[in-house]
Amino acid sequence: MSIREKLSGNEAAATALRQMNPDVMAAFPITPSTEIPQYFSKYVSDGRVDTEFVPVESEHSAMSACIGSQAAGARTVTATSANGLALMVEELYIASSSRLPIILSVVNRALSGPININADHSDSMGARDAGWIQLYSEDNQEAYDNLIQAVRIGEHKDVQLPVMVCQDGFITSHAIENIKLEEDEDVKEFVGTYKAEEHLINKGNPIAMGPYDTADYYMEHKYQQNRAMENAKKVIEEVAAEFKEMTGREYGFFETYELEDADYALVLINSAAGTAKETIDKMRAEGKKVGLLKIRVFRPFNRDRLVELLKDVKYVAAMDRSETFSTSGGPVYHETAAALYPETTRPEIISYMYGLGGRDVTIESIESVFNDLMEIEETGEVGERYRYLSLRE
Amino acid sequence: MAKEINETMNWKELTPGGTIYTAGNAENFNTGDWRVNKPIFKEDKCIQCLLCAPVCPDTSIPVKDGKRLEFDYDHCKGCAICAEVCPVDAIEMIPEGQDE
Repeated sequence: MSIREKLSGNEAAATALRQMNPDVMAAFPITPSTEIPQYFSKYVSDGRVDTEFVPVESEHSAMSACIGSQAAGARTVTATSANGLALMVEELYIASSSRLPIILSVVNRALSGPININADHSDSMGARDAGWIQLYSEDNQEAYDNLIQAVRIGEHKDVQLPVMVCQDGFITSHAIENIKLEEDEDVKEFVGTYKAEEHLINKGNPIAMGPYDTADYYMEHKYQQNRAMENAKKVIEEVAAEFKEMTGREYGFFETYELEDADYALVLINSAAGTAKETIDKMRAEGKKVGLLKIRVFRPFNRDRLVELLKDVKYVAAMDRSETFSTSGGPVYHETAAALYPETTRPEIISYMYGLGGRDVTIESIESVFNDLMEIEETGEVGERYRYLSLRE
Repeated sequence: MAKEINETMNWKELTPGGTIYTAGNAENFNTGDWRVNKPIFKEDKCIQCLLCAPVCPDTSIPVKDGKRLEFDYDHCKGCAICAEVCPVDAIEMIPEGQDE
């Protein structure tokens, strides 16, 4: 039976980590994810977890400690944001190529500069190609649920990849909302005990991890990672099905909202989905056929499922909360456009850059995006394909 | 899974992440293939003083019964430290691929 509570996104994430009772947490504080290790260290002090908490001197050290710990055979977690995640980046690649299913709770924040501490996806999008599974969360509930599922996905023997679970800084991390928590015992049973396939502290079977990989081997190992990501697709669905059995809450690669008969759709991730749903309700009441495709799993990217869901839509706005300076859209646009390109009939896609550095996303601003799509249909002219939303011009 | 790893194996046969499941197997890998200069052992000049063997960073100068043997070219990187310490010019460095 679920427990009704009121928690911020950070406390929800810390609660999920507490319930999975990891062997090790190595973390360094950074706004807006500071509260996660802060809450967690209290759980350690209060004896509510068996975890060894390692306070480190930087995020580079945090991820390095996580790698050593997970390689030793311990279930390991950490949390960070923005510049902290950037400092972890080189270690992220080592974690994934060494096939270590570390869990990282990311609170999305603009990667400076100019210095800014608010919601923006430039941090995790900058790490999107690091070989980590990426789950995105619209609210505190999803941040909690995704973290619990992340353990099972990453540790699955066909996957063995690290997982980062992302939620928006402040909008989600610091907003207190209703949430349904599962019983400690149920989560404990769901995540099970970590049993590494191979690990370093094993007297009877000494191994070496992370050796130098010559040109004769590197491509084969990269393809192994590629296949593990492919395998993750099946595992993500299996774990979601089991999670639904326990909680009644349903998860997939994407969440759709009023998408089935929609002519105009948004594609986006994280908290802006909530505003988009409100906007859609308002516009649907006015008889407008608008809908939403929210991406939950960005890595691996389920291209086939996306095509299935968007093929009958006429106009799509792919919304990015991270600049890439390609001058032709951000990662959400690029993935969506690339997925649809091989199809003979596909929607028109417009790229929107929105909400950078915490710029407010309002019902009015989302409505203006749908209105833009309708205008393109009316006039038959796409105009500027790469747009900035709510920019003072 | 203590089995050999070699460059003919496909991606399914290689261990995940390149983890090595057996100890002491570095000698199975040919790491001397990027050598630029190659040491040539002039046995007729050698006085078997054995100054060369301990300075080799890669144990590429095998010693048996108090005598140094021919170079282990699978692991020699061509650093030339041995040629530098040899007091009797019994080791000559030549460009890799050039006739001895």
